[in-house]
Amino acid sequence: MTHAVTNLADTPEISSLADLFATAYRIETDAVERYRLLADQMETHNNAELAAMFRDLARAEGLHAEEIRRLAGDTDIAARAAQVGTWQGGDSPEQADLSSAHYLMTPWHALQMALAGEECALAFFQSVVEKANDPKIKALAEEFVNEETEHVELCHRLLRKHKAPPDSWAQDPDPPIGQE
Amino acid sequence: MSIAEVRTCRPADYRSDVKPVWCPGCGDHHVLLSFTRAFAELGEAPENIAVISGIGCSSRIPAYTNCYGFHGVHGRSLALAAGLKVTRPDLTVIVASGDGDGYSIGGNHFLHACRRNLDMTYVVMDNRVYGMTKGQPSPTTEPDFDTALSPGGTGLSPFHPLVIALASGANFVARAFSGDHKGTASILVEAIRHPGFSFVEVLSPCVTFRPDEREWKTQVRPAPVEATDDPGRAARRLMSDDGFNIGILYRGARRPYRPEFGRSRVDLNELEREFEL
Repeated sequence: MTHAVTNLADTPEISSLADLFATAYRIETDAVERYRLLADQMETHNNAELAAMFRDLARAEGLHAEEIRRLAGDTDIAARAAQVGTWQGGDSPEQADLSSAHYLMTPWHALQMALAGEECALAFFQSVVEKANDPKIKALAEEFVNEETEHVELCHRLLRKHKAPPDSWAQDPDPPIGQE
Repeated sequence: MSIAEVRTCRPADYRSDVKPVWCPGCGDHHVLLSFTRAFAELGEAPENIAVISGIGCSSRIPAYTNCYGFHGVHGRSLALAAGLKVTRPDLTVIVASGDGDGYSIGGNHFLHACRRNLDMTYVVMDNRVYGMTKGQPSPTTEPDFDTALSPGGTGLSPFHPLVIALASGANFVARAFSGDHKGTASILVEAIRHPGFSFVEVLSPCVTFRPDEREWKTQVRPAPVEATDDPGRAARRLMSDDGFNIGILYRGARRPYRPEFGRSRVDLNELEREFEL
């Protein structure tokens, strides 16, 4: 499973705590939007299990976003998040790759997408810790690193529950065959 | 400050409530992201944009934006858009099509839209197959595409849309890849801003009838050269590339066609008198 953000060469500049809060908030809200899109696609294509799973993932990311907003206090991070710079390929780290979707995908595939996103976010916040000169920025970035580490571990725990499907997972008993 | 001036320009502001029915994994989902991202970057109000389409999977896109839209007749999107543009030159007109709609049924309109050079942007989502009607070969399908409808392949050379656009007079020619929706949005912004007829071919995989196209994301690459304003040089580059160079390839300086309506050169009273018995 690939992910849009594979290198961190083109990431937003973090020069203040507000920048870091806004970027973290943006990462979560972008993920919410993308999971909702995927849930809609799965609903349209009658994969109810995956639609529910993507909605759950969207809900979880939404809770993280709200927690970041709460931690940011009086800073209007929603407005600031809209100004956050660009990411490699246009997607922020936790935005699942739309091109990896398949109408018969399984919970394992969705969790692989989520894991890839959490790992990218973890790598991003680790890079902020490494680059930050301001101790307050470094300390907050470390908190985000700890949080993303927990999310990565959660994905791994869930993946133990939802095993990889057999190789035949994409075989459709009523496939969209070409017209004959 | 007026309401128009304080308008927020987020990509989500250009989305409608209609949920796309494209297959999960289809490149057209990304093209929709690119459209809305480009519109937001341009800061154009949705009511000042018209998205016109023909028939096919890609042509569903107007319904998924909250701009003005017209889901038209097969292959006739450019004719509809031309009519709209000459009567409402103030609108930003985007025409959306696919390789079947745009190059086969609408092939003749394509040539003359390039030649006419009205100030609008033509985006063709090319997946090299008729997806909506279940996988027939299209004008850009490879000759060895072996299916029940084309056993052993069609044996026909694929259409070369960028070269044809260039030869027919398009003023801006680019190729994009749907999976790079940020890059595609940037190209669309430049295409829309460039005066005259802009043609953008977007490689947009059909994951259902051309699952092999999922590999395009490993094949595309930025074009190794900058855009040129020399059509001869652009044509030579296009004829020798493998179809996976992404970027703006040609920027021309031809004056767009702007017919002046409302200043009729015909005196209607005189015309009426001519028909009197």
